[in-house]
Amino acid sequence: MLRPSHYTAVLLFAVFASTVFGITQRDTPRRMVRYGLYCFVLFAGSAIVLSWVMFLIAR
Amino acid sequence: MGTAPNKTAAAAKSSQGFVYLPLIAGWLVPGAGHFVIGKWGRGALLAISIIAMFALGLAMDGKLYSGAQDILDLLGLVGDLGNGLMFLVSRAMGLGGDPIQFTTADYGTKFVVVAGLLNVIAAVDAHNLRTGRKS
Repeated sequence: MLRPSHYTAVLLFAVFASTVFGITQRDTPRRMVRYGLYCFVLFAGSAIVLSWVMFLIAR
Repeated sequence: MGTAPNKTAAAAKSSQGFVYLPLIAGWLVPGAGHFVIGKWGRGALLAISIIAMFALGLAMDGKLYSGAQDILDLLGLVGDLGNGLMFLVSRAMGLGGDPIQFTTADYGTKFVVVAGLLNVIAAVDAHNLRTGRKS
């Protein structure tokens, strides 16, 4: 059974979801890549920011 | 003015054949909707992403929803059904964990549901390409 860490799971999720979002939500290959990268950064970045927020709240 | 002939060509092309074929094919097999209309690169990337997400979900011992005892189970089942044949075959083979005992199994369950939802988005995209709504 595969047991990735929470952050590894977030990164895997972000890679696949961003790929599908990029291809389906934009028309040209260049814009697909840019939008896919944008979605990936938002997924991964928001996970880091929310983790720090929860850490600071829990202290 | 320059787009008028293109729109006419797209409209003429969209009237040929069964327009829902990419939608149905894309739902049954991830990426197949794009393969049907000749978008091989996009179809391959979509297929890899969705199949990998579904497979990782099962590898994490994610649950496959089999019934709708409450509203959350119903929503999970709807998401799982988006995977098309992958879900039906996996259920027939008895794959997927039963009760969620580990945190990663919960991640896996979400991976499977989201793979289904992404597959629906991809199938609708193939339909839009087929009808000329998207280029």
